[in-house]
This record gives sequence, C-alpha cells and structure tokens, in this order.
Amino acid sequence: MEKKTGNNPIYKGISIIILVILAVLFIFPIYWILTGSLKTAADINRAVPQWFPTNITLDNYIRLFKNPAFQWLFNSVFISIVAMILTCITAAMAGYVLAKKRFPGRTIIFGLLVCAMALPKQVILIPLLKEMSFLHLHNTLWAVILPTIGWPFGVFLMKQFSENIPTEMLEAAKIDGAGEIKTFTSVVFPMVKPGIGALAIFTFISSWNDYFMQLIMLNSRDKLTISLGIAKLQSEMSSDFGLIMAGAALAAIPIITIFLMFQKYFTQGITMGAVKG
Amino acid sequence: MLTKTKRAKRIFNREETISAYLFLLPALIFFVGFVIVPMILCLVTSFFNYTMTDFKFVGFQNYVEIFTKDKVFRKSLVNTILIVIVSVPAVTVFSLWVSSAIYRLRGPVCSFFRCVFYLPVVTGTVAVTVVWKWMFNQYTGLFNYVLQAGGIIDQKISWLGNEKTAIWCIILILFTTSIGQRIVLYVSALGNVDASLIEAAEVDGATKFQVFWKIKWPQIMPTTLYILVITTINSFQCYALIQLLTSGGPNNSTSTIMYYIYYEAFKLYRYGYGNAMGVILAIIIAIFSAIQFKVAGSSRD
Repeated sequence: MEKKTGNNPIYKGISIIILVILAVLFIFPIYWILTGSLKTAADINRAVPQWFPTNITLDNYIRLFKNPAFQWLFNSVFISIVAMILTCITAAMAGYVLAKKRFPGRTIIFGLLVCAMALPKQVILIPLLKEMSFLHLHNTLWAVILPTIGWPFGVFLMKQFSENIPTEMLEAAKIDGAGEIKTFTSVVFPMVKPGIGALAIFTFISSWNDYFMQLIMLNSRDKLTISLGIAKLQSEMSSDFGLIMAGAALAAIPIITIFLMFQKYFTQGITMGAVKG
Repeated sequence: MLTKTKRAKRIFNREETISAYLFLLPALIFFVGFVIVPMILCLVTSFFNYTMTDFKFVGFQNYVEIFTKDKVFRKSLVNTILIVIVSVPAVTVFSLWVSSAIYRLRGPVCSFFRCVFYLPVVTGTVAVTVVWKWMFNQYTGLFNYVLQAGGIIDQKISWLGNEKTAIWCIILILFTTSIGQRIVLYVSALGNVDASLIEAAEVDGATKFQVFWKIKWPQIMPTTLYILVITTINSFQCYALIQLLTSGGPNNSTSTIMYYIYYEAFKLYRYGYGNAMGVILAIIIAIFSAIQFKVAGSSRD
C-alpha cells in the first residue's frame, strides 16, 4: 500500500498547492514594491493596507529623480559591466591553462584559489579599504571593480568548463601551426562560450548586488550605486515608504529583467560552480 | 575529470610553462593584489593597536580583549551561531523538499518555480530588505494587519524593536534570500540521479522513502555537502540585512560578528581590533566547514 504513495494524487495535489502558495509569497514582496511605488502617501499610510493601488501616481518617482538617481543607476551599470568583462577575460584565460596545461606550480596555485574561496570574503574589506586609499582609488568606482575581478570563483568556474575541451583538438591546432593566442581565440574560446555566458551573468548580478563592498568603498553622493542610494534614502527619510519603494523598483527592475533574459546560462553557471574540483 | 586519468608528465616543457604563466598573469595580479595581500594584512594588523592615529605592535592583546572583556562580541557570537544553527538546516531541508517536488514536473513548470524562488536573490538585498522593513512596520506594515485581522495577535507588535522578535525577522529574510540558489543546485543534482537504479528499486517494491534514502540521498551527497558549506559561510557573514533593518539593535540583540566588525572598524576606527575579530570569524568558519566535511565524508561509506 505504501508503495503507491509516490504516485498518490492526494500527496501530489497537496504538494502542488503548497508550492503555489509559496510561489505567491515569494513574488509578493516584488509586487508590494511595485504597487507601493505607485501609491499616494495617504494610501500608503492607511491602517488597512490597500491590496491594489487605486489612485495611481508617479509622484514618488518624481521625488526620487530629484536625487541623482540616474547617476546612481549609471554607476551600478558601469561597475557591473566593467567587472563582468574583465572577470570573463581573465578567468577564461586562467581557467583554460589550469585545466589543460601542465606546468610547475599549477597545483599550488589552484589549491590557493580554492582555499581563498572558502574564506569569508567580507573579512578582508578593512585592509582592502586601506589598500584602495593607498592606491588613491578610494571613492572611485574602480575600488569596487578591481576586488570583484580578483575573487577566484570565476577562474574556478572556467576551469570546470575548460576540462571538457578535447586535448586532441588543442594538439591538432598546434600541429596546424597555431600559436598559443590563436589556439585560445579560435579553439578554446568557442568551446567555453556557455561557461563565459554563465560567468558573465553571474558576475553582473553579484556585483550589482554587492552592497557591503559598495558601502565601504564609495561615499560621496555622486559616486553611490543604486543600492547605496536607496539605503541612503531609507536612512534619511525612513517613513517615506513611497519614495523608498520607487527607489527599490528602480534598482530591482533592470536586474530582474536581465536575469529573466539570461536565466538559462545562470542556472548552468551555478550548477557547474558546485561540481567539486 | 578526463585529464586526471592521463599520466601527468614529469618533465615540464619550458615554453609551455612560460605561456601558461602569461595566460595566468592577469587573473593572478588581481587575485594576489586584492585577495591575498588584504588577507595577509588582515592577519598581520590583528596584532597591532591600529587606529586613525596609532599603529603599534601589541601582540595578542586584541585577541585577549575580545575573549575576556568584550561583552558585545560574546552577544554577537551567540546571535551569529543562532542564525547559523537555525538557517542552515532550515534552508537545506526546505530547498531539498521544494526541489524533490519540482524536479520531475514538466520543463517550463519546473523552471517557473526555480525562477520564483530565485527572485529574492536577484532583486538584491537592499530592495528586498526595504520592502520587508515596511511590511514589519508597526503601524502601516502588512504583518500586523494580517495577524490582527486573522485574530492571531491582539495588539500591534513592534517586530524590529523587540529584542525577542527582531532576530527572527532577520532569519526569515535571510531564509527567503538563500533558498533560490540551493534549489537550482538540488534540482540539477536530483536530475542526475541514475534513473535506472530508481526504476529497479521500484520494481523490487521499495517504498518512496526507501528510494530516497538508499538511492537518491547518497548520490546527491556531494551537493548537500556543498550547500551546507556555502550556507554556513553565508549565514556567518550575514551583514547587509542587519545594517539596513536594525543596525544591530535593539540592545545588540541582532548584532552579529560581521556587523560588530564593521561597527568597530568603521564607526570606532579600531581597525586592528576589527581585523582580529575577522581572523577569529575565519577560523570559526573553517572549523564548521571541516566538521561538515568530516561528518558528510563518514556518512557516505
């Protein structure tokens, strides 16, 4: 009798119902951000919450853009795109040689990369800040970009993807007289494209959302990212929920759109990064 | 994986070595410059009385002060461990349940659920936290309204202003922003479980529970281990949520080690002291990870 529980329609039905309820609960905060950003102050402060906005207003957004919100958005985009491009290039090159070449020091370097990943990233922020001040990069967008590129996850991920390149193909390219750079661009690169796609989207999203690092490195009002900008609005006018929700919407919509467009690559990246090396 | 089966060449080709290092160079410069160097600085300066005005070697004095005098550190350590002990099992078990429920559904349905549970991660800590902060608000928040309308509470509760409830609010938000990635991992791991083994077991009359415990569980063990380790690391590092939601309050009841490090270093400018706590945090995390590897490793046999 118990054998049947797996295909028991009641069990299956209940689990689907629970899943749907959970899905609604997970989507709800985003719904609440979007509708909250369109409500009037009076509707937001009602004792009985308004489930659907009736008096739609753009007032919150108008007030949001009295702050340098476009500048904040631009800073976030700049940081994410530059970090993404540089991470992909450096990680693809390093991942390829770690997977496919034999040279002295290879095991040590790879071991160091893996060990560093297991350490808490945020712990090094204090010395990192000092280093950036020393390099005169503090309060510039580069102070956020450079450490992002240094984080070894990308190299690790690209090594996983590069393991699948058939060694015969590399040898064939060599026999054909292709140099190292030519081999990399014409043989390796096309083979690891899905990996680069995964790493690109992963880096973009994680540097967009790396609030702690941005908080430490950036402080003047025109250098803030959109995440920092909302946090600042919240600390300055903590009960103006309409304005804060407008800021949250401005931060969330671009990144959610990008995620939905590229989510196929993203899933692949998370999964490959977990395969133990 | 393939390369491992081939015999490693003993003699390295000189040209190949040079070109390999040239390929590694850009990544290594960033890695050494912005990961290794700060790590070493963190360790070294933890033995210094290092403030805005002072830089003096003091040996283990910072560590001694942390363990003997600092009550806030003790409180933060207890809070941090509470968060880890609650959220790691909760996140792991819950994401395993959701994944088991969705991984056999039709492709688009499965990816719909995966996306939904991933949404809070993508939305970003700040946007997620500010909306939760509004929902937890004592007067205009949804929580109190729904609970009051449902007759569960009589009076509106100040969720974030109460020492007993504030940390649970943080654990709840941490939970919603953690499970997405774990579900993606588990769905893919469950999809890779050898289907012929499951069929064979079902033909032999194994119960669903037996199939899970004897066949699926051992095969997804590496994923479980990975999830345990990353969830532990993330929970130990819980910071942004706390800074945005409660600033460690009320009365340090939501302060974690990470939050306290930030407070000492960037509010009181005691860099050496903060770094010493950072070293301690790294060691604690290393111990937790080692235990997980050990336990998981022995249960695999």
